[in-house]
Amino acid sequence: MSSVIAKPAMRGLLAKRLRFHLAVAFTLSIACAGAFKVAVGDSRKKAYADFYKKYDAMKSFEAMRDAGIFESVKPRK
Amino acid sequence: KTPRVRKMLGFSVFRGTNLLRARGLLSAVGVRAIHGHEVAKGEDLSVPMYCDRKDSPLPDIPYVQKLNTEQEALKEKEKGSWKNLTNEEKIALYRIAFHQSYADMCKSNSEWKTVMGGTFIFIGFTGLIVWWQTAHVYPPKPHTFNEEWKEKQAKRMLDMQMNPIEGFASKWDYEKNEWKK
Repeated sequence: MSSVIAKPAMRGLLAKRLRFHLAVAFTLSIACAGAFKVAVGDSRKKAYADFYKKYDAMKSFEAMRDAGIFESVKPRK
Repeated sequence: KTPRVRKMLGFSVFRGTNLLRARGLLSAVGVRAIHGHEVAKGEDLSVPMYCDRKDSPLPDIPYVQKLNTEQEALKEKEKGSWKNLTNEEKIALYRIAFHQSYADMCKSNSEWKTVMGGTFIFIGFTGLIVWWQTAHVYPPKPHTFNEEWKEKQAKRMLDMQMNPIEGFASKWDYEKNEWKK
């Protein structure tokens, strides 16, 4: 006769699994959201801010005009 | 007059029989029987069936239904005290009741190799078909796909400063008149 083994867990199996996986899920979700915010959101805001710091709308317009893409204004000679 | 050729099995089967019998004759078993092949017994789904399932441990019926004399004797011995059974007899009794043990069911096999291989073969074949299509079926590409046209198009996009912050024009260095490194 083999020796008696311990009685296996009969109840609370789902609860135990959920406790673990819920913690993992929350952590991973928050980490993903944080990573996205930093890598995509913040860097994009910075790119826009930097662009508009040095942006001269009239200069940009004259450059486009001289390139000849407009129909209402012709290039300056 | 040309003789009518009976291609549909259904016609000769339905003539003179009621529909339930016809359904049995029209099944795969029925067709094979009519053609004289060896018939595999169809499953009677209205009585309890044996099945090996990992999530449902006790099937409705034992695996071996028709016991030979040796197994009959073993079943008689089982009615007595189980201490008298040897280990081989216990295993034999197990195998009468069950087809696959949990170990057998959970055993990994090499089926995935066949699946992957077959999948890749068919994808490769599809690739051949796609290549043939590009060579023999598609009409000529529009003139707007020429290199010259595409260059002019890119120049115009840069002149318009399309997406100057994160997109196309942001990759162009307007001072040095070249692509940014």
